[in-house]
This record gives sequence, structure tokens and C-alpha cells, in this order.
Amino acid sequence: MRFTKDHEWVALDGDVATIGITAYAAEQLGDVVFVETPEVGKTVSAGEGLAVVESVKAASDVYAPLSGEVVEANAALADAPETVNQAPEAGGWFAKVKIADPSAYEALMDRAAYDAFLESL
Amino acid sequence: MSDETLKLTPLYAAHLEAGARMVPFAGYSMPVQYKDGVLKEHLWTRENAGLFDVSHMGQARLRGVSPLSAFEEVTPGDFIGLKPGKQRYSVLLNKKGGIIDDLMAGRPDDDGLFVVVNGACKENDFKVIDDELAGQVRIDRLEDRALMALQGPKAAEVLAIHAPDAAKLAFMETASIAAFGVDAIVSRSGYTGEDGYEISVPGEAALRIWNILLADERVRPIGLGARDSLRLEAGLPLYGHDLDETVSPIEAGLGFAVSKKRRDARDFPGASRIAAELAGEVTRKAVGLKVEGAPAREGAEIADADGKVVGVVTSGGFAPSLGYPIALGFVPPSLAAVGTELKVIVRGKAQAAQVVATPFVPHRYVRKV
Repeated sequence: MRFTKDHEWVALDGDVATIGITAYAAEQLGDVVFVETPEVGKTVSAGEGLAVVESVKAASDVYAPLSGEVVEANAALADAPETVNQAPEAGGWFAKVKIADPSAYEALMDRAAYDAFLESL
Repeated sequence: MSDETLKLTPLYAAHLEAGARMVPFAGYSMPVQYKDGVLKEHLWTRENAGLFDVSHMGQARLRGVSPLSAFEEVTPGDFIGLKPGKQRYSVLLNKKGGIIDDLMAGRPDDDGLFVVVNGACKENDFKVIDDELAGQVRIDRLEDRALMALQGPKAAEVLAIHAPDAAKLAFMETASIAAFGVDAIVSRSGYTGEDGYEISVPGEAALRIWNILLADERVRPIGLGARDSLRLEAGLPLYGHDLDETVSPIEAGLGFAVSKKRRDARDFPGASRIAAELAGEVTRKAVGLKVEGAPAREGAEIADADGKVVGVVTSGGFAPSLGYPIALGFVPPSLAAVGTELKVIVRGKAQAAQVVATPFVPHRYVRKV
């Protein structure tokens, strides 16, 4: 699993990246009450909006950590947005993206680097 | 505003100790939520009792020869007719009938009129009152007092343990009462739609009283986040969002704050506009919306069934007690009837929204004790 400074995580399986937000981000957001996931087939560039998570108070963008094409969105979040809080780094994933450049994945932070980044905040 | 210039309430240390997330609000560092988070704090208040620090709000005494009649020069309320022990909701109006702020004003004792205004507006409010009523009355700010709100269905039974006389007030009654060993000013009112009290105490006693109330297992501290979602469900407007200097009380659905006597006399700021609006010349009305899909937040456009933009959301979010998003906004009167099907535009997409009656969650005020 790899991580970004925007507190997204990425898990790579072949050329398909599963993307979600970290436990830290989920805790900061508070109770998630709505998730807008991307449409399958949408092409996203790294840094672009991929999903929107809404807490009681506010809406927050989730950015695509890598460029590619959305091949699946987590439909279960429509009825159970709280999964993002309960299992942010597992069942709370937002989308699977077929990535154009697997080397970009390697450039993201690993767990140790992300933990060090959290420490620095 | 940088953190260094933020003011602190007398309860600041208690918020930090309780694990609050502090945010700048109205020039103060205020708790937006505690460890439970907005959702749980909201539901706790609806089922038990929530304790809120609202010491950022402006408390003052209007004193002088006839503060009640003087106050009628800046508001449309019947303050001459305000009986001792009663409090009213009112609005401070500009010359065009726009709302400078909304407020509570009451007679807890014989010492003039006790006024509580919004924290973010208080400097201007007190200046306006001072300027308009100079020579008749004076406004004495009570900056050494803290204000807390105890809200929820269990608020009365909790307060009865410590201040039985105060607990016996009915909705919108107010009294200066010796409670918790201090001179407290208590009213049975609030900003959640629930039964409850607002309790003004000397600042130096606030922390002790806060801790006494929180020691009761029925009471938890509640932050500004849940205060906002609770008031939204209760259909209560928030100044700076649902109300501003262009909005009249009639547009805002606050016609009850324009008393019958004052309507007939037309002797308040902006009376001609408000009379015209009461006669039907109104271009926008505040409505409640039940929203399907993503929450529609402040600034989201409202469109009619054909997709034409007709209004704007003034505040909106997820309603924890209802399980779906709700909003307040302005639409033309022709589209304001309950049941009207509208759209809200969220991130470029039109979502279904229906005009519904407010409050979204019924008020549970205790009018007779």
C-alpha cells in the first residue's frame, strides 16, 4: 500500500489501483454521511477530483493519486457511507483505477514514509 | 484571523481538557466538536442533554428611563407589552427593513432589558443600538459574564437538581435567580428545537458550574458543529447565512417577530417595505427543502422543475435525526408551497428537492410547567 500527502492510500493489483482515504483522514473528517464516487469509464489525472466525502459539516474532495481510467466504484458506500470511518483502509475504498504508469505508484510514500509524514504534522 | 488574536471564553480550558477540536468563530477560539463527533453529539442532545458554551454571544443590559419603548425604535417587536419574567425573539432592523441581527431580549428582573445577540454581530449591534438610542438609554455590555446552554429532553430534570426554581420556568420565561451560588440569569429557550435553558453566569464561576452540570451522566459537552445541525433541523435561521442586511423578517419567515400592534402602527425601521411585503409584494421566501442525494450546502443554486435557476440555498447539510440532507433557502413565493418539486444543483448536477414544512424536526418546547 502507498500513500499521499493528501491522505489517500493506493493498493496496486496488476495495473489496477484501489484508492481510499487513510484512517487519519477519516478521523479528521468525522462521521461520513455521503460519498460521491466517480462513474466507471471516467478518465482521471493525478491531482484531479476523484470522489467527494461529506461529513455532517462539510464536503471534502478526494484527489486521484494516479492517472488512469475508473474501472469500478464502491457501490456499497451509497447505503453505508459510515464504512469509510469503520474500515477506511479496507471496505471504505472509493474506486479502482486502471493506471497508465505503474512506476508512478512506486513514487508514492510507503507506510513508513507516510507515518513519518503524519508525525511531522 | 490568526490564533494569537482569538479571544477565549472562560470555558476554554474545559474544552481543551475534554478533547475539543477548536476553531476560530466570531473572533473566539470555540469548540466545533468534542471526542464524540458532530453526529453523536447531535443525537445525544436530541435524546439526553447537551451542554454548549455560547459565551461568545453578546450579553448586555439596556438601561435608562424607558428601555422597553426605546428598544421598539430599532426592532418590530412589542417590547412595551413585554411582561416581567418574559423574553422575546426579535430582530434589529436597518432603515430598509433588513435584518442587522436576530436576538433575544427579556425582563429577568427590574434592571432594564437583558439582551443576547450573535457573537459575530455584537460589536456592530451594540454600536447601532447606542447610536440610534443615544440620550434615551445606554447599553451596558456584560463582558464579564459567560453563557451556556443546557438543551435536550433531560435538561429540565438535570437543572432541577441544582436550580429548582430556574428549572420551573416555562418556554420563553426568564428570571434572575440565585443558583450554583451565584447570580444567574436563566431563560427556558435555546437554539436546538429541544426543551432547555440558557444560563448566564459570572465568568469566574463558569468553569465550576460547567463541571457541575457535566458531572451528571445525562449531560455531555456539545460543539458548534452539532449546534448548527440541531438548529437547522429545528428550522431556525443562522445570521450571516439565512439572514443578512438585505433580508426582511417577512422574507425570512419571521413574521411572528413583527407584532400586530407594530404592524398597525408602522413605527419601526423599514416599516413601509414590511407592510408592502405583508400585503403580498414579496419576491422571495425562505423555505425548507428535503434533498435527495448529496447534501446541498450554502450557495447551491435552486432550480425549478424545468431547470431554471430560481433561488439559492442559504444553509444546508445532513440531518442526523432524519438520516437525509435538508436545506434552507430562498425561492419565489410561487414556488414556496409545501410539496413543490424543485432541484438543487450540487457540483454541477441537478438533484431532486422538495419544499417541506419547517421545523424539519418538531420543536419540543415546554410551554406550560
